[in-house]
Amino acid sequence: MVTQVTSFSRSGLSDWLIQRVTSLILLSYFLCIAGTLVAGVDYASWHAMHQTTGMRIFTLLAVLSLAAHAWIGLWAVYTDYLTERMLGPWGNSLRRICQLGTVFLLIIYVLWVIQVIWR
Amino acid sequence: MLQVSIYRYNPEADGAPRMEDFQVDTGGKDLMVLDVLEMIKADQDTSVTYRRSCREGVCGSDGLNINGKNGLACITPLSEAVKNNKLTIRPLPGLPVIRDLVVDMSLFYAQYEKVQPYLQNNTPAPAIERLQTPEDRAKLDGLYECILCACCSTSCPSFWWNPDRFIGPAGLLQAYRFLADSRDSATDDRLAKLDDPFSVFRCHGIQNCVNVCPKGLNPTKAIGHIRTMLLNRAT
Ligand code: SF4
Ligand code: SF4
Ligand code: FES
Repeated sequence: MVTQVTSFSRSGLSDWLIQRVTSLILLSYFLCIAGTLVAGVDYASWHAMHQTTGMRIFTLLAVLSLAAHAWIGLWAVYTDYLTERMLGPWGNSLRRICQLGTVFLLIIYVLWVIQVIWR
Repeated sequence: MLQVSIYRYNPEADGAPRMEDFQVDTGGKDLMVLDVLEMIKADQDTSVTYRRSCREGVCGSDGLNINGKNGLACITPLSEAVKNNKLTIRPLPGLPVIRDLVVDMSLFYAQYEKVQPYLQNNTPAPAIERLQTPEDRAKLDGLYECILCACCSTSCPSFWWNPDRFIGPAGLLQAYRFLADSRDSATDDRLAKLDDPFSVFRCHGIQNCVNVCPKGLNPTKAIGHIRTMLLNRAT
Protein backbone atom coordinates (compact mmCIF):
# COMPACT_ATOMS: atom_id res chain seq x y z
CA MET A 1 0.00 0.00 0.00
CA VAL A 2 1.16 3.50 -0.77
CA THR A 3 1.03 5.76 2.26
CA GLN A 4 2.14 9.30 2.89
CA VAL A 5 4.42 8.46 5.82
CA THR A 6 7.47 8.71 3.58
CA SER A 7 6.46 12.03 2.00
CA PHE A 8 8.67 14.96 2.94
CA SER A 9 6.32 16.85 5.24
CA ARG A 10 3.22 14.65 5.19
CA SER A 11 1.23 17.67 4.09
CA GLY A 12 0.51 18.10 0.42
CA LEU A 13 0.49 21.86 0.83
CA SER A 14 3.84 22.00 2.63
CA ASP A 15 5.45 19.67 0.10
CA TRP A 16 4.09 21.81 -2.69
CA LEU A 17 5.31 25.05 -1.07
CA ILE A 18 8.75 23.61 -0.26
CA GLN A 19 8.99 22.43 -3.86
CA ARG A 20 8.40 26.00 -5.08
CA VAL A 21 10.68 27.73 -2.59
CA THR A 22 13.55 25.30 -3.12
CA SER A 23 13.26 25.67 -6.88
CA LEU A 24 13.70 29.44 -6.46
CA ILE A 25 16.77 28.96 -4.27
CA LEU A 26 18.24 26.49 -6.77
CA LEU A 27 17.53 28.80 -9.66
CA SER A 28 19.23 31.77 -7.99
CA TYR A 29 22.21 29.60 -7.00
CA PHE A 30 22.72 28.29 -10.50
CA LEU A 31 22.34 31.77 -11.96
CA CYS A 32 24.95 33.04 -9.50
CA ILE A 33 27.36 30.23 -10.39
CA ALA A 34 26.70 30.58 -14.11
CA GLY A 35 27.21 34.36 -13.85
CA THR A 36 30.54 33.87 -12.10
CA LEU A 37 31.70 31.35 -14.68
CA VAL A 38 30.67 33.54 -17.59
CA ALA A 39 32.45 36.52 -16.05
CA GLY A 40 35.60 34.37 -16.01
CA VAL A 41 37.33 32.76 -13.04
CA ASP A 42 40.66 31.21 -12.26
CA TYR A 43 41.34 28.77 -9.45
CA ALA A 44 42.37 31.46 -6.97
CA SER A 45 39.30 33.66 -7.40
CA TRP A 46 36.96 30.63 -7.46
CA HIS A 47 38.55 29.34 -4.25
CA ALA A 48 38.41 32.74 -2.60
CA MET A 49 34.76 33.15 -3.51
CA HIS A 50 33.84 29.84 -1.89
CA GLN A 51 35.83 30.71 1.24
CA THR A 52 33.46 33.51 2.19
CA THR A 53 30.83 32.74 4.82
CA GLY A 54 28.06 34.11 2.62
CA MET A 55 28.92 31.81 -0.25
CA ARG A 56 29.26 28.83 2.06
CA ILE A 57 25.82 29.42 3.48
CA PHE A 58 24.43 29.91 -0.02
CA THR A 59 25.98 26.64 -1.21
CA LEU A 60 24.71 24.80 1.86
CA LEU A 61 21.24 26.24 1.30
CA ALA A 62 21.39 25.15 -2.33
CA VAL A 63 22.39 21.58 -1.58
CA LEU A 64 19.74 21.27 1.15
CA SER A 65 17.19 22.63 -1.31
CA LEU A 66 18.39 20.14 -3.88
CA ALA A 67 17.92 17.28 -1.42
CA ALA A 68 14.41 18.37 -0.40
CA HIS A 69 13.38 19.15 -3.97
CA ALA A 70 14.69 15.84 -5.27
CA TRP A 71 13.03 13.90 -2.48
CA ILE A 72 9.62 15.46 -3.01
CA GLY A 73 9.82 15.04 -6.77
CA LEU A 74 11.08 11.47 -6.72
CA TRP A 75 8.64 10.50 -3.99
CA ALA A 76 5.81 11.52 -6.32
CA VAL A 77 7.34 9.56 -9.20
CA TYR A 78 7.91 6.45 -7.08
CA THR A 79 4.39 6.51 -5.63
CA ASP A 80 2.95 6.92 -9.14
CA TYR A 81 4.82 4.15 -10.94
CA LEU A 82 6.44 1.81 -8.41
CA THR A 83 3.26 0.57 -6.78
CA GLU A 84 1.36 -2.63 -6.26
CA ARG A 85 -1.26 -1.36 -8.71
CA MET A 86 1.31 -0.93 -11.45
CA LEU A 87 3.74 -3.79 -10.83
CA GLY A 88 2.06 -6.28 -8.54
CA PRO A 89 3.37 -7.13 -5.03
CA TRP A 90 6.94 -6.62 -6.26
CA GLY A 91 6.10 -2.91 -6.70
CA ASN A 92 6.08 -2.25 -2.97
CA SER A 93 9.53 -3.75 -2.40
CA LEU A 94 10.95 -2.00 -5.43
CA ARG A 95 9.56 1.35 -4.26
CA ARG A 96 11.06 0.94 -0.80
CA ILE A 97 14.43 -0.02 -2.23
CA CYS A 98 14.38 3.05 -4.49
CA GLN A 99 13.30 5.33 -1.66
CA LEU A 100 16.04 4.01 0.59
CA GLY A 101 18.63 4.36 -2.15
CA THR A 102 17.52 7.92 -2.84
CA VAL A 103 17.68 8.93 0.82
CA PHE A 104 21.18 7.48 1.11
CA LEU A 105 22.37 9.23 -1.99
CA LEU A 106 20.92 12.59 -0.95
CA ILE A 107 22.44 12.38 2.55
CA ILE A 108 25.80 11.53 1.00
CA TYR A 109 25.51 14.53 -1.33
CA VAL A 110 24.74 16.90 1.53
CA LEU A 111 27.58 15.61 3.73
CA TRP A 112 29.98 15.63 0.81
CA VAL A 113 29.17 19.23 -0.09
CA ILE A 114 29.62 20.28 3.55
CA GLN A 115 32.98 18.55 3.60
CA VAL A 116 34.07 20.20 0.36
CA ILE A 117 33.09 23.78 1.20
CA TRP A 118 34.45 23.74 4.75
CA ARG A 119 37.75 22.22 3.84
CA MET B 1 -18.99 2.55 -45.43
CA LEU B 2 -17.64 3.73 -42.12
CA GLN B 3 -15.10 1.40 -40.50
CA VAL B 4 -15.97 1.01 -36.83
CA SER B 5 -13.72 -0.81 -34.40
CA ILE B 6 -15.21 -1.62 -31.01
CA TYR B 7 -13.55 -2.92 -27.85
CA ARG B 8 -15.14 -6.22 -26.86
CA TYR B 9 -14.60 -7.97 -23.56
CA ASN B 10 -16.68 -10.29 -21.46
CA PRO B 11 -14.51 -11.09 -18.44
CA GLU B 12 -16.55 -14.22 -17.66
CA ALA B 13 -16.10 -15.81 -21.09
CA ASP B 14 -13.14 -14.16 -22.85
CA GLY B 15 -9.53 -14.70 -21.92
CA ALA B 16 -8.53 -11.27 -23.16
CA PRO B 17 -10.15 -8.16 -24.65
CA ARG B 18 -10.24 -7.84 -28.44
CA MET B 19 -11.23 -5.26 -31.04
CA GLU B 20 -14.12 -6.16 -33.34
CA ASP B 21 -14.64 -4.46 -36.69
CA PHE B 22 -18.00 -3.40 -38.13
CA GLN B 23 -18.99 -1.65 -41.34
CA VAL B 24 -21.72 0.94 -40.99
CA ASP B 25 -23.58 2.76 -43.73
CA THR B 26 -24.21 6.23 -42.37
CA GLY B 27 -26.02 7.33 -45.51
CA GLY B 28 -23.60 10.24 -45.73
CA LYS B 29 -25.17 11.86 -42.67
CA ASP B 30 -23.15 13.46 -39.86
CA LEU B 31 -24.54 11.20 -37.13
CA MET B 32 -23.51 11.17 -33.51
CA VAL B 33 -21.18 8.40 -32.36
CA LEU B 34 -24.00 7.00 -30.21
CA ASP B 35 -26.23 6.67 -33.31
CA VAL B 36 -23.58 4.48 -34.91
CA LEU B 37 -23.44 2.28 -31.80
CA GLU B 38 -27.24 1.99 -31.80
CA MET B 39 -27.20 0.99 -35.48
CA ILE B 40 -24.62 -1.71 -34.83
CA LYS B 41 -26.57 -3.03 -31.85
CA ALA B 42 -29.87 -3.03 -33.76
CA ASP B 43 -28.68 -4.44 -37.09
CA GLN B 44 -25.45 -6.36 -36.59
CA ASP B 45 -24.73 -7.55 -33.08
CA THR B 46 -27.18 -7.21 -30.22
CA SER B 47 -24.55 -8.21 -27.69
CA VAL B 48 -22.51 -4.99 -28.05
CA THR B 49 -22.80 -3.50 -24.57
CA TYR B 50 -22.65 0.16 -23.55
CA ARG B 51 -24.45 2.59 -21.26
CA ARG B 52 -26.71 5.32 -22.55
CA SER B 53 -29.80 7.08 -21.37
CA CYS B 54 -30.65 10.66 -22.30
CA ARG B 55 -28.85 10.72 -25.70
CA GLU B 56 -28.49 14.49 -25.40
CA GLY B 57 -25.47 15.11 -23.18
CA VAL B 58 -27.37 15.48 -19.92
CA CYS B 59 -27.13 12.18 -18.02
CA GLY B 60 -23.41 11.50 -18.41
CA SER B 61 -23.76 7.76 -18.88
CA ASP B 62 -22.12 7.29 -22.29
CA GLY B 63 -18.64 8.60 -21.59
CA LEU B 64 -16.38 6.64 -23.96
CA ASN B 65 -12.93 6.80 -25.44
CA ILE B 66 -13.64 7.82 -29.04
CA ASN B 67 -10.69 7.68 -31.42
CA GLY B 68 -8.41 8.17 -28.45
CA LYS B 69 -10.26 11.07 -26.83
CA ASN B 70 -12.78 10.79 -24.01
CA GLY B 71 -16.20 12.23 -24.72
CA LEU B 72 -19.93 11.62 -24.65
CA ALA B 73 -20.93 9.45 -27.61
CA CYS B 74 -24.33 11.11 -27.88
CA ILE B 75 -23.01 14.62 -28.51
CA THR B 76 -19.83 13.77 -30.43
CA PRO B 77 -20.56 14.10 -34.16
CA LEU B 78 -18.77 11.81 -36.58
CA SER B 79 -17.34 14.84 -38.35
CA GLU B 80 -15.45 15.67 -35.16
CA ALA B 81 -14.28 12.16 -34.28
CA VAL B 82 -13.71 10.17 -37.47
CA LYS B 83 -10.25 10.18 -39.01
CA ASN B 84 -9.54 8.42 -42.34
CA ASN B 85 -13.03 6.93 -42.34
CA LYS B 86 -12.20 5.03 -39.14
CA LEU B 87 -13.93 5.18 -35.77
CA THR B 88 -12.39 3.37 -32.79
CA ILE B 89 -14.44 3.11 -29.63
CA ARG B 90 -13.01 1.93 -26.34
CA PRO B 91 -14.22 2.13 -22.73
CA LEU B 92 -13.05 4.99 -20.52
CA PRO B 93 -9.40 4.26 -19.65
CA GLY B 94 -8.16 3.33 -16.21
CA LEU B 95 -11.30 1.75 -14.76
CA PRO B 96 -12.07 -1.99 -14.63
CA VAL B 97 -14.18 -3.21 -17.56
CA ILE B 98 -17.43 -4.95 -16.65
CA ARG B 99 -18.35 -5.75 -20.24
CA ASP B 100 -17.39 -4.23 -23.61
CA LEU B 101 -17.75 -0.44 -23.18
CA VAL B 102 -19.19 -0.57 -19.67
CA VAL B 103 -16.74 0.23 -16.87
CA ASP B 104 -16.99 -0.13 -13.11
CA MET B 105 -17.25 3.42 -11.77
CA SER B 106 -16.94 2.49 -8.06
CA LEU B 107 -13.52 4.11 -7.65
CA PHE B 108 -14.75 7.27 -9.33
CA TYR B 109 -17.84 7.51 -7.10
CA ALA B 110 -15.81 6.71 -3.99
CA GLN B 111 -13.69 9.80 -4.71
CA TYR B 112 -16.82 11.86 -5.29
CA GLU B 113 -18.21 10.68 -1.96
CA LYS B 114 -15.01 11.77 -0.19
CA VAL B 115 -15.60 15.44 -0.91
CA GLN B 116 -19.01 15.33 0.82
CA PRO B 117 -20.89 16.78 -2.13
CA TYR B 118 -23.77 18.27 -0.20
CA LEU B 119 -24.42 21.54 1.60
CA GLN B 120 -23.32 21.61 5.22
CA ASN B 121 -24.50 24.38 7.48
CA ASN B 122 -24.84 24.10 11.23
CA THR B 123 -26.49 27.47 11.83
CA PRO B 124 -30.25 27.33 12.62
CA ALA B 125 -32.27 26.97 9.44
CA PRO B 126 -34.14 30.16 8.50
CA ALA B 127 -37.90 30.09 7.94
CA ILE B 128 -37.34 30.57 4.22
CA GLU B 129 -34.49 29.42 1.97
CA ARG B 130 -30.89 30.32 2.72
CA LEU B 131 -30.53 33.26 0.38
CA GLN B 132 -27.52 34.11 -1.77
CA THR B 133 -26.62 37.36 -3.45
CA PRO B 134 -26.48 37.12 -7.24
CA GLU B 135 -22.70 37.62 -6.96
CA ASP B 136 -22.33 34.66 -4.59
CA ARG B 137 -24.56 32.56 -6.81
CA ALA B 138 -22.40 33.44 -9.81
CA LYS B 139 -19.40 31.81 -8.09
CA LEU B 140 -21.03 28.42 -8.66
CA ASP B 141 -21.19 28.86 -12.42
CA GLY B 142 -18.81 26.54 -14.22
CA LEU B 143 -18.98 24.15 -11.25
CA TYR B 144 -22.55 22.99 -10.74
CA GLU B 145 -22.99 21.98 -14.40
CA CYS B 146 -20.86 18.84 -14.00
CA ILE B 147 -22.77 15.67 -14.94
CA LEU B 148 -20.21 13.24 -13.46
CA CYS B 149 -19.54 11.55 -16.78
CA ALA B 150 -15.95 10.73 -15.64
CA CYS B 151 -14.46 11.77 -18.99
CA CYS B 152 -12.05 14.08 -17.14
CA SER B 153 -10.89 11.81 -14.31
CA THR B 154 -10.34 8.85 -16.65
CA SER B 155 -8.16 10.99 -18.94
CA CYS B 156 -5.98 12.14 -16.04
CA PRO B 157 -2.69 10.21 -15.64
CA SER B 158 -2.57 11.07 -11.94
CA PHE B 159 -5.97 9.43 -11.54
CA TRP B 160 -4.84 6.35 -13.49
CA TRP B 161 -1.89 5.84 -11.15
CA ASN B 162 -3.64 6.63 -7.86
CA PRO B 163 -7.41 6.29 -8.35
CA ASP B 164 -7.79 5.30 -4.70
CA ARG B 165 -6.02 8.37 -3.29
CA PHE B 166 -6.12 11.22 -5.78
CA ILE B 167 -9.64 12.63 -5.83
CA GLY B 168 -9.36 13.44 -9.50
CA PRO B 169 -10.63 16.40 -11.51
CA ALA B 170 -14.37 15.56 -11.29
CA GLY B 171 -14.32 15.13 -7.51
CA LEU B 172 -12.17 18.22 -7.02
CA LEU B 173 -14.42 20.35 -9.19
CA GLN B 174 -17.28 19.35 -6.88
CA ALA B 175 -15.10 19.90 -3.80
CA TYR B 176 -14.61 23.46 -4.96
CA ARG B 177 -18.29 23.83 -5.82
CA PHE B 178 -19.04 23.45 -2.08
CA LEU B 179 -15.99 25.38 -0.90
CA ALA B 180 -17.18 28.29 -3.03
CA ASP B 181 -20.78 28.14 -1.81
CA SER B 182 -21.62 31.09 0.51
CA ARG B 183 -24.27 28.95 2.24
CA ASP B 184 -21.83 26.23 3.28
CA SER B 185 -20.18 26.57 6.70
CA ALA B 186 -17.94 23.51 6.65
CA THR B 187 -15.18 25.19 4.61
CA ASP B 188 -12.42 24.69 7.16
CA ASP B 189 -13.31 21.07 7.72
CA ARG B 190 -13.44 20.44 3.99
CA LEU B 191 -10.02 22.04 3.47
CA ALA B 192 -8.48 20.07 6.34
CA LYS B 193 -9.49 16.84 4.59
CA LEU B 194 -7.75 17.90 1.37
CA ASP B 195 -4.33 18.79 2.76
CA ASP B 196 -2.63 15.38 2.39
CA PRO B 197 -0.08 14.79 -0.42
CA PHE B 198 -2.51 12.81 -2.59
CA SER B 199 -6.07 14.20 -2.58
CA VAL B 200 -5.37 17.51 -4.34
CA PHE B 201 -1.62 17.73 -4.80
CA ARG B 202 -1.32 14.81 -7.21
CA CYS B 203 -2.64 17.21 -9.82
CA HIS B 204 0.35 18.28 -11.90
CA GLY B 205 -1.59 20.64 -14.11
CA ILE B 206 -1.49 18.42 -17.20
CA GLN B 207 -4.93 19.77 -18.18
CA ASN B 208 -6.15 16.62 -19.94
CA CYS B 209 -9.31 17.12 -17.90
CA VAL B 210 -9.99 20.56 -19.37
CA ASN B 211 -9.30 19.22 -22.83
CA VAL B 212 -12.03 16.56 -22.70
CA CYS B 213 -14.85 17.93 -20.52
CA PRO B 214 -17.98 17.74 -22.72
CA LYS B 215 -19.54 20.48 -20.63
CA GLY B 216 -16.63 22.85 -21.22
CA LEU B 217 -15.78 23.00 -17.51
CA ASN B 218 -12.31 23.69 -16.15
CA PRO B 219 -11.30 21.39 -13.27
CA THR B 220 -7.68 22.62 -13.35
CA LYS B 221 -8.84 26.14 -12.53
CA ALA B 222 -10.99 24.84 -9.65
CA ILE B 223 -8.00 22.86 -8.35
CA GLY B 224 -5.94 26.06 -8.47
CA HIS B 225 -8.60 27.81 -6.37
CA ILE B 226 -8.55 24.96 -3.82
CA ARG B 227 -4.76 25.26 -3.60
CA THR B 228 -5.04 28.99 -2.98
CA MET B 229 -7.65 28.40 -0.27
CA LEU B 230 -5.38 25.81 1.38
CA LEU B 231 -2.51 28.29 1.21
CA ASN B 232 -4.55 31.11 2.72
CA ARG B 233 -5.80 28.84 5.45
CA ALA B 234 -2.28 27.74 6.39
CA THR B 235 -0.41 31.04 6.22
S1 SF4 C 1 -16.03 17.97 -15.05
FE1 SF4 C 1 -16.78 17.64 -17.13
S2 SF4 C 1 -15.72 15.78 -17.81
FE2 SF4 C 1 -15.54 15.85 -15.60
S3 SF4 C 1 -17.23 14.61 -14.84
FE3 SF4 C 1 -17.91 16.75 -14.88
S4 SF4 C 1 -18.90 17.02 -16.86
FE4 SF4 C 1 -17.71 15.13 -16.98
S1 SF4 D 1 -4.87 19.19 -14.62
FE1 SF4 D 1 -4.72 17.91 -12.81
S2 SF4 D 1 -6.67 16.94 -12.63
FE2 SF4 D 1 -6.57 17.75 -14.72
S3 SF4 D 1 -5.79 16.05 -15.94
FE3 SF4 D 1 -4.07 17.21 -15.23
S4 SF4 D 1 -3.33 16.26 -13.34
FE4 SF4 D 1 -5.41 15.54 -13.81
S1 FES E 1 -26.63 9.39 -23.23
FE1 FES E 1 -26.85 10.83 -21.61
S2 FES E 1 -25.03 11.99 -21.82
FE2 FES E 1 -24.95 10.69 -23.55
